[in-house]
Order: sequence, then C-alpha cells, then structure tokens
Amino acid sequence: MSGYFRTRYAEDSALLDTRPQKIALALFSIVLLVYPFLASVLWLDIANQILLSAVGAVALMLLTGYAGQISLGHAGLLAAGAFTTGILFKEASAPMWITLPASAGVGALLGLVFGLPSLRLRGLYLAVSTLALHFIVIFAGSEYETKRGYSTGIVIDSPIQDGRAWYFVLLAAAALTVLFALNLLRARTGRAWRAIHAREAVAEALGISVPRAKLAAFVVSSTLTALAGSLFAYYRGFVSAEAFSLYLTIQYVAMIIIGGMGSIAGALAGSAFVVLFPYAIDGGMGALGLSDRLSSLVFAVNYSAFGVVMIGFLVFEPEGLIGLWRRVRDWLVLWPFKQRPL
Amino acid sequence: MQIAVNILVLASIYALICCGYVLIYKVSRVLSLAHGELMMLGAYGLYATASLFAGHPLVALAAAVALAATVGAAVYLALMWRMTGESVLAAVLATIALGILLRGAMILAFGTETRHPLGQLGWTNASVALGTARISAVGLALVLSTAAVYGGLALFLRSSRWGIRMRAAGQNPLLAAQRGIGLHGIYALAWALATFTAGIAGMLLACDAGLESTLVIIGLKAFPAALVGGLDSLVGAVLGSLVVATAEVLLIHYVDPLLSDVVPFAVLLAMLVVRPWGFFGSREELDRV
Repeated sequence: MSGYFRTRYAEDSALLDTRPQKIALALFSIVLLVYPFLASVLWLDIANQILLSAVGAVALMLLTGYAGQISLGHAGLLAAGAFTTGILFKEASAPMWITLPASAGVGALLGLVFGLPSLRLRGLYLAVSTLALHFIVIFAGSEYETKRGYSTGIVIDSPIQDGRAWYFVLLAAAALTVLFALNLLRARTGRAWRAIHAREAVAEALGISVPRAKLAAFVVSSTLTALAGSLFAYYRGFVSAEAFSLYLTIQYVAMIIIGGMGSIAGALAGSAFVVLFPYAIDGGMGALGLSDRLSSLVFAVNYSAFGVVMIGFLVFEPEGLIGLWRRVRDWLVLWPFKQRPL
Repeated sequence: MQIAVNILVLASIYALICCGYVLIYKVSRVLSLAHGELMMLGAYGLYATASLFAGHPLVALAAAVALAATVGAAVYLALMWRMTGESVLAAVLATIALGILLRGAMILAFGTETRHPLGQLGWTNASVALGTARISAVGLALVLSTAAVYGGLALFLRSSRWGIRMRAAGQNPLLAAQRGIGLHGIYALAWALATFTAGIAGMLLACDAGLESTLVIIGLKAFPAALVGGLDSLVGAVLGSLVVATAEVLLIHYVDPLLSDVVPFAVLLAMLVVRPWGFFGSREELDRV
C-alpha cells in the first residue's frame, strides 16, 4: 500500500491526480508536438490517420464501451458527415466553418434517429437496427452520387494542404475529443451511462431517465462521429459511398475491442493498432520475401490476418490492450508477489 | 405471372439462406454474421469437388454437401464453443471476425475471378416454361430444394430424438444440460445443419449466376427476412422471406432497380419499430438478449 490517500472529492474526480501522471502527460505532449518535425511523409500520414480514427473510436467507445449500446452503424454515421461536407461543398461551395457545424448537426439528428430504436430494443436487435440504418444512409449517399453524376465520388478541395498542418489540426481535434469525453464521463451524464450499462432497471430506480440518457449517448457519439467523417472528407479530399463499407464499421468496432472496452485510453490504443496493422502486415510480408508473389492479394492477406487477430483478442484477451497493460503493470508492481497484500 | 415467379425464386433463396440464421439462433442464441461467407465457402467446395470428381457430377454434389456440414461443425468446435455464455456482442463479433478471415482466405485460395461451377459439373442452365412465365432450371432446383430442406427440418425437429434435444437446448439450456443433453454436441449439430443449408444455397446461387463476392451480400440481405419472420421460428422465416422478396421484387420492378440493396433493410426497420420480435418469434427473448 502506498502512502497516498484522497482526502477531498475534488481529488477523487481530478483527471490527473499524481505528479508522475502529470509528468508523463507533459512528456507525451512534447513527443506529440515534436513528432511531425521528425517524421517522414509516410509516418506523418500514418499519424494523421491514427488521430482521425481516434476521434471516431472515442465516439464509439462512449456509446458502446460506456453506455453499453451496441452499434453497427458507425460507418454510416461517418458517411453522413462526409457526405454532408461533400454535398455542401459541391452545391453551395461552403467553406469549412460552415460544413463542420452542418455535419455535426446532421450527425446529431441521425444520432436521434439511430437512438430511437434503442428505447425499445436491446442487445442484438439494437445492433441489427443500426446495421439497417447503415445501409439506408449509404444508399442515400450513393443515390446522390449517381443522380448528380459524381459516380466515382465527390472531389473536395481542402483548405489545408500541408501534411504537417493537418497533423496539428487533427491532433487538436483528437485532444479536444478526448478531453470532452473524459469530462463528460466524470459528470452526471457519464455516470448515468455507466449505471445504464451495468443494469437498466437499477439505473431507473436511482432516478436516471433511461430514455434521455440513451438518446444523449447516441446523439453525442453520432455528432463526434459525423465530425470525424467531415474531417475525413477534407483529409482525403474525396468522398465516395464505397469507402464506407461494412468493413469500416468492423474496423471501428475492432478498435474498441482490441483497445479494451470501457476505457478512453483503450480507444486510442485500439485505433493506433488498427491503423498500423496493414502497414505491419506489409512490412512482415516484405521481410518474409512474399510481397512480390502476393502483391495483388495484399488486401486478402490483410483481411485474413485481421480476422485472426480479432478472434485472438475476443478469445484470449477480451479486455484488450488495456487489460494486457494492466496485467503487466500489476505484475511489475507486485513482484515478487502475485496478489496485493491484505 | 413472371413477377410471381421472380418473387417465388427470390423468396426461396432468402428462405434457404435464412433457415441457417434461424437454426443457430433458435438453438444457441447466437447471431451468425459469417453466414454469407459460409455460403460462399460451400460454393467453392462444390467448385473444388467438381474438378476433383470430373465426370461424376452427383458424386461431386454429395461430397460438396458433406464438406459444408463438416465445415459447420468445425467452425463450432474450433471457435464458437469458446463464445458459449459470453456476451451477445462478443459472440456476434466473433462471427464477424470469422467472416473476414474466411473472405480473405477464400481470395487467397481461389483468387478473385468469377467461377462457374455449373459448367464444371458438365450441366447447363436451361430455361423451363411455366405457363406464360419462364424459370431457369437452377431456379426451379432452388425452389424445390428449399421446400425439401424445410420439410426435412420440420420433420427432424418435430420427431427425431436429436431434433427434440435441439429444441430443448434452445428453450432452456440449463435444464436441458441437467437432463443429460450434451450442449456442445447439440450446438455443433446446429452449426453443421446451418452451414449445410447455407452451402446448398451458395452452390445453387453460384450455379445460377456465377461464383463471386456478391454472394456474401445476398447472404447478408437474407438476414432481414429471418428477423421479420421472428429469429427463432422456421415458419416465420418462410413468411418473412415471402414478405421481403415481394417488397423487393415489386419495388425494383415499379420504382427503381437500385433499391435492391436497401429494401430488405427498410422492411427490417419497419418491423423493428412495429413488432421487434417478428411475426412468429417468441416475445420474452427481447429481455433475454
């Protein structure tokens, strides 16, 4: 037992409470700020992708990991944000400061629609209804594409061109999302979500309005996701319905599973893992000398390896990377003992 | 008339596919989203056996069907038994991960070009006149085998010893286990049967339109039919397939062919709003999942 005791409620709910944590955060921020000046173009792009998917993964983590509402419609919500941006850009040549709030608004509205079934449905049936909504949103997007003659996709000119500038924009977006999520989780809303996750009937008995909290979870999560979709559209400079397949949803769900359910740090670790994964596979194939023989089938290797890794995490480490880290940390802290002393 | 025939064929496609969803859900309360990939695997199985037993199409068919059932049992014994008793999300995600794995593995093993197992078997897809309408021979085979599969399943579940055990395990696993029913064996059997029917569906569809990755999408589109009918009812699956197929064929014919991918899911959403447990599904289930 260390000699550290919390004596005030403010200490109990502080985001950072010990000095080592503050030092670690400061060091991490310095690394993040210096990184773009040291990284090559490829690694800068990878970092940007990680930051971008971190926004979406944190949003999904709030909904599934904390409020306990299963959603398989994440790609549909990203698509909604991206298409709102694309359509506003094409039809009204709207600048970024209009498209971002508009995407957020569409996301909030869709969140309400996605969330309505959750008032009556639970578990599997909810997952299925969000899946159905995914197909409908994608259909609407591709319908717009074909009707307006952008059958290959909508091209968007981004106001930010430089990779390094993008890095700072996306870093700010991801940091704000994380800060927002952490603050929300320690406030009334987040506590209500956790109560609903644990047991709905008890949450209701405690005086929590279950429908309102569930809808709030959907709306917050979808708004953040649609914002991520809008940023995605600008970052790629291109919106197309094909980019938002069911596989994208699966990737986001994999991020929160692999990272570890019920942890914001897990969502960040998971998004880094999932984004880095194809590059690691590519590198591994190069090292084994297979890349020439299988060059046309790289995506198939990716698919199967991703399936194997996901199954591995589900079966052997359901708590994800965070669970793994906690176990390693406990082992180090307690060594040579196996359990905490009584 | 032609529209009625189209509806019948599409409904039997959906019904044949979604009895797999229903079987697995009814017995083990797991939703398998790898069903489309398992269908495709069955079709590739036929493609492989057709070249192995060239000149003996019936032997090839029998071997492919047996292979599909074995694959189903293997999926349960290798992966899904570990998910027994886990949360709904974990089990569904395991099947999704399995689907991704299978999709990648099939591309690695068989490549991406469209295959034609029917030609490989040495048969052709003739067109049969049916009154004023026409139906392809494979389409007719689809309707007939769907009827046969449902008849066989109904008989099996109603009167055979293993069928009764399966229903018992689905109704109350704990009680069934305490009465001496081996749950793992029952679940493995359910997976084998489901993959067997999925394999038949995949083979017939591949014979009709060629073997390519769109099969997976058809597999996913059949899922709403299962849910509309009620996820744990075989009668419901037939009715749900008819409803979804009718809506789809009519809307494609009269409104917009592009709607094909989205109609089943729109029907599904409407059903979830009005009657989430489907036409014939059992109602308490909603609290159980």
